[in-house]
Amino acid sequence: MDTAKSFLKKLRTFLIFAGPTTFVFLSVVIFPFIFGIYLSLTNWDGIASAYRFIGFSNYLTVFQDQFFWNSFLLTVRYVLYTVVFVNLVAFALAYLLTSGIKGEKVLRAGFFVPNLIGGIILGLIWHFVFSRALVFLGKSLNLELFSYSWLANPQKALWTLVIVSVWQYSGYMMLIHIAGLVNMPKEVIEAALIDGANDGQRIIRIILPLMAPSFVVSMFLTLQRGFMVYDVNLALTNGGPFRSTELISMHVYKKAFLAQEYGIGQSQAFILFVMVAAITLTQVYFSKKLEVEM
Amino acid sequence: MKYGKAKARDKSILGYFKYGFLCILLLIYLCPFYLVIINSFKNRTEIISNPLGFISKTNVSNFVNAFRQMNYLDAFINSLIITSISVLIIALFSSMTAYFFVRFKWKINRFLFFMMVTSMLIPFQSIMIPLVRIYGANLKLLDNKWILIYMYMGFGSSLSVFVYHGFIKSIPMELEEAAMIDGCTRVQTFFNIVFPLLRPTTLTLIILNVLWIWNDFLLPSLVLISKANRTLPLSTFYFHGTYTADYGLLMAGLLLTIIPVIVFFILMQKHIISGIMQGAIK
Repeated sequence: MDTAKSFLKKLRTFLIFAGPTTFVFLSVVIFPFIFGIYLSLTNWDGIASAYRFIGFSNYLTVFQDQFFWNSFLLTVRYVLYTVVFVNLVAFALAYLLTSGIKGEKVLRAGFFVPNLIGGIILGLIWHFVFSRALVFLGKSLNLELFSYSWLANPQKALWTLVIVSVWQYSGYMMLIHIAGLVNMPKEVIEAALIDGANDGQRIIRIILPLMAPSFVVSMFLTLQRGFMVYDVNLALTNGGPFRSTELISMHVYKKAFLAQEYGIGQSQAFILFVMVAAITLTQVYFSKKLEVEM
Repeated sequence: MKYGKAKARDKSILGYFKYGFLCILLLIYLCPFYLVIINSFKNRTEIISNPLGFISKTNVSNFVNAFRQMNYLDAFINSLIITSISVLIIALFSSMTAYFFVRFKWKINRFLFFMMVTSMLIPFQSIMIPLVRIYGANLKLLDNKWILIYMYMGFGSSLSVFVYHGFIKSIPMELEEAAMIDGCTRVQTFFNIVFPLLRPTTLTLIILNVLWIWNDFLLPSLVLISKANRTLPLSTFYFHGTYTADYGLLMAGLLLTIIPVIVFFILMQKHIISGIMQGAIK
């Protein structure tokens, strides 16, 4: 009797404090995720209410699908370029903007502005820049590089996505690196100064190793956003020209909602999950290890 | 002494050089926005003949037309309702949940917390297809603002619970114990003692969630179907699809969509910058 009463009391506290969050979280994230694994094992086409369990045959189809692998490799390339350039630019900005020059606050805020605006809007703005403004500039100044729209060139179109993403995210990651630089123990840097270390030595030997935690965070965020990018892709290139920029999210979207092959689309989405999880976990694991050793 | 002085002067020249470099870089950074502004005042032929030229006459007809054709006001109100309610609900329920998880270390709580943290690795793309199937084909709840808010609560609570959890751990228990001895219930203790202490964290999370939800495209594009329900990013995108060639009109539409965010940024600038920096340390 007593235990039953205390159980009811506990249940009440649970329901008051954690009930709504738990229920919504389970019904929006966990249940669809698990149901999605099941769907990927069926031949559901999105319309018919009847569908059959077909085992792993969707996964087999996906593994043999050349378009899927093209799209996947394209995404890996895009993510690689973005992670490298975003962090380079962001760290350089952060380093310059913590060196005590005037107007630091305004400059920081200015570089952050692109992050306030959604990928769709940014993509549409840059669509105009690449297809009109730069082409006009190239033609009037006789610059071969810009005379034809990069968006129409399969070799260059991926770079438009990289440029926009670097432009967009470097301001955000800059703030993360600034947080790391500001919280760095001043004594260490002063000691290095007294010992006669120059700027370069200070950055490579002292600052970068101490900044490992900021790099873990910013790389984690860039990796995740990179693999999941959709808005900019849709608004800027829409996968074209000739599917040369169809990144994995867009590929999954088109497979499921346009080609109506939901089962196959969901298998691709699940493969995407496995890969993103594996890559981000590996990255965090190695970065944490590096952090401890340094 | 002399050396020190010389060094300081040298440094200040370098400082000016850095300042100049960064200012030029910032101008290049903001160039796309400048192009949007100048071209939003031009008509189609002016833009095609010279997209870089300065405004010759202020012509606001693009703004009037874009405002009407985008259903700007409806979209703005939809975005405002969805963002503000989602953000407040997430803050309220996530803080309660995180508090509960920190103070009551039951097995189920630890399991749920672990599940929330690991779920942050799941890309939205791996959930969207079954999500549309369950809430669309099965429950027929799509095309409804409130169901979108419900989903934002589901997708947003993991990160918020995680951040609150980290902060609440550092709050000493004595304060709460004193309140409980004075006869406060758990719920009263939370709202009178703990929640006010969480203010900085709440502000950071509200800012992060506002930026995410206000700008989100993919989820609303799946959930909201009818024109009347569209949020700002949706109506801007479809507007762009309808008038692909009328650049002046499009630029005016883009500018109208950007303005609210810039106003929000100017008002909250200090909090936004420090909020993101604090979010990074945690």
